Amino acid sequence: MKVTLRIKRFDPDKDAKPYWAEYTVEASPVDRLLDALNTIKWTIDGTLTFRRSCAHGVCGSDAMRINGRNRLACKVLIRDVGEKVTVEPMLGFPVIKDLVVDMDPFFRKYESVKPYLITYDNEPGTERLQSPEERARYDEGTKCILCGACTGSCPSIWGNPDWVGPAAIVNAHRFIFDSRDQGTAERLAILGQRNGVWRCRTIFNCSDACPRGIPVTDLIEQVKRAIVYGDRNID
Amino acid sequence: MYQKFDVVIVGAGGAGLMAAMQLPNASVAVLSKVYPTRSHTGAAQGGVAAALGNLEEDHWKWHMYDTVKGGDYLVDQPAAEILARDAIDAIYELEHRGLPFNRTPDGRIDQRRFGGHTRNYGEAPVRRSCYAADRTGHMLLQTMYQNAIKNQVRFFNEFLALDLLINEGRVCGVVALEIRTGEIHTFHAKAVLFATGGYGRAWRVTSNAFACMGDGMAIAYRRGIPLEDMEMYQFHPTGLYKVGVLLSEGARGEGARLLNGKGEYFMERYMPTLKDLAPRDIVSRCIIKEIKEGRGVNGEDYVYLDLRHLGEKVITEKLPDITEFARNYLGVEPIREPVPIQPTAHYAMGGIPTDNDGRVVIDSKWTPLPGFYAAGEVACVSVHGANRLGTNSLVDLIVFGRRAGKHMARFIAENDHVPLPSHHEDFAREMVDHLLTSKGGESAARIRNELQGEMLENVFVERQEKGLQHAMDTIAGLQEAYKKVQLQDKGKTFNTELVEAIELGFLLDCAAATVHGALARKESRGAHYRLDYPERDDVNWLKHTLIYKGDGACEARLDYKDVILIDDPIFKPKERKY
Repeated sequence: MKVTLRIKRFDPDKDAKPYWAEYTVEASPVDRLLDALNTIKWTIDGTLTFRRSCAHGVCGSDAMRINGRNRLACKVLIRDVGEKVTVEPMLGFPVIKDLVVDMDPFFRKYESVKPYLITYDNEPGTERLQSPEERARYDEGTKCILCGACTGSCPSIWGNPDWVGPAAIVNAHRFIFDSRDQGTAERLAILGQRNGVWRCRTIFNCSDACPRGIPVTDLIEQVKRAIVYGDRNID
Repeated sequence: MYQKFDVVIVGAGGAGLMAAMQLPNASVAVLSKVYPTRSHTGAAQGGVAAALGNLEEDHWKWHMYDTVKGGDYLVDQPAAEILARDAIDAIYELEHRGLPFNRTPDGRIDQRRFGGHTRNYGEAPVRRSCYAADRTGHMLLQTMYQNAIKNQVRFFNEFLALDLLINEGRVCGVVALEIRTGEIHTFHAKAVLFATGGYGRAWRVTSNAFACMGDGMAIAYRRGIPLEDMEMYQFHPTGLYKVGVLLSEGARGEGARLLNGKGEYFMERYMPTLKDLAPRDIVSRCIIKEIKEGRGVNGEDYVYLDLRHLGEKVITEKLPDITEFARNYLGVEPIREPVPIQPTAHYAMGGIPTDNDGRVVIDSKWTPLPGFYAAGEVACVSVHGANRLGTNSLVDLIVFGRRAGKHMARFIAENDHVPLPSHHEDFAREMVDHLLTSKGGESAARIRNELQGEMLENVFVERQEKGLQHAMDTIAGLQEAYKKVQLQDKGKTFNTELVEAIELGFLLDCAAATVHGALARKESRGAHYRLDYPERDDVNWLKHTLIYKGDGACEARLDYKDVILIDDPIFKPKERKY
């Protein structure tokens, strides 16, 4: 089938402002949208620029705004988007070129919530014990691939780029609710600040955008409750 | 731009990050052409092996034996001993660093069965693979990256390495392209580690990411460093049909089985003891045989992976990601339907030769090139020999990434920087300038596409002289065509067309080395199966291939290096049966 892609283009070396370009390519309904982007790049216009790597939804490189929603181009199939599809860079991030956005601020926010295991006890000679139930408690957050789809879909970020954003909170949640971790108080103090969890307005765009099916808004609410009650065990 | 560090690590996957972790008091730069969390380590699914014995009796020596036998005796046995012994502590270290393993009811790390991992030297499958659902690599990469943040490791993200600098007989730095700005940078260092991964994109059907273009191997090769055992390339039995995306061996570890078009679970016919859990080279050959003899599904070139009898609970709890891949890309529901699969290009057992401390060694006498290290898939220790066992790739990353890091810590304490060679950026600048200014009219995409088709046709699970020679001629032609590649994007900012063209050059060199090794090795061993030489030949071929780049683009000189055996009758090469 023929598919027409309307793509928002911008090259800072040449363009004063972004513009829309249209490309029509041959594609199969079970092709990935990424395949269509590659077809354009490899056969029509080599200047079209986007990130991609694993091509099956686990590396998080190719998050972009597809028909108005943040998706991974390698997880969306042509049959999901039909014969006409609009592709833009994610909102809420500075654009570097075409569909490539600057992810550095996003990673700075991720780093700010101390996304690593904090322990003060001596390590045992073998593994620390953790029951399957304790392990399940933080499973959702471990699925995050840091693609930015949630953060780039959030109106609170669009309005305030300094906000820490959903992805960072998901990754804080992953440690706050890990029974092995001893850094809960430090992280809750960070997330209780002005640009912490409270700028979340429970809009649920993030949950809709997550390509890994993480219930992002729910996890943010759990962190809010942990701050209010000062205890990760109250839910 | 010029910058000076003690250590420069190229690649931010498991091996690179594990090495960086060992250098807390050094100035370290980690260069990665993607954001670190995009590295291909994150795509590993099924697990990481260690003889913890959490669920049943197990010993590191059994793991070592399986590794040696699985590699069809091309494994350097002291390296396999280190792998199997160190794996245990390495797993505990990863757990201490936060890796969220699945747990047993009593809270210990859960373990599952995996191909070729056995109890008591081949008796039956053993539960040795430590896992985190079917995204163990993702969890490992995340954990390593989290610890790198904790240790304030300095990253240079989206920097593509172009050249390795050598002076006064030592490696002294790396030249790289900053993708975002198009600037060329020189990183001057006492020690350089390559941890750049594999080159699975040389084949059309592959489990590998677009990033897996053989960068590190080709850069070293161009600088006169040999590549070892490149003919030993693994084709994973269960890639999603046509897509190539991996369906973890963990599925078979949980009990999934291969089914042919006649409804037979055919592996029990070939390998009565391990059945579907035989090593990957064997299972891939059996699948190709079934297809060739007309027992593919509907006479086509695929068979099924059948998970239906595992039940919804096991599938959703232990294999959620691969289930979603089948649903999303093939529209198949694994809980109710068998999944179409075919062998897919997966892993390079060969690569840059190293010793057990990750030091690159450049000849058959194990002469090191001081200051140069390699770890992970880019390296050939050789711990995987002619066929890697499932889960041993992640073990390799953490065990030898760690050893390389520790050795570099000692090396930089005892050595100063050597000066950079004169005109040190010329080679890299010429490469980039040539591509940006060429008017040859050739398309990089066309060359890549033809290469991938040729490799799938003639350098796949089964090989023979005629096909390999055809591949050699094709690659030689493509190397010529490559000189005329012309780009549409001449810009400085984030020029991914330039990046893809540079990577294609790397890929062509890796493919050429693979075919050189495969043409020369006139026997069948592990993943290298020659229809015209179907037997293993220990008298003439129990040795590693070393391939040195020749003068012409596609020329090479071959040498060989002894396999290191240990004095223990258990590990004496014998016929490989499962």
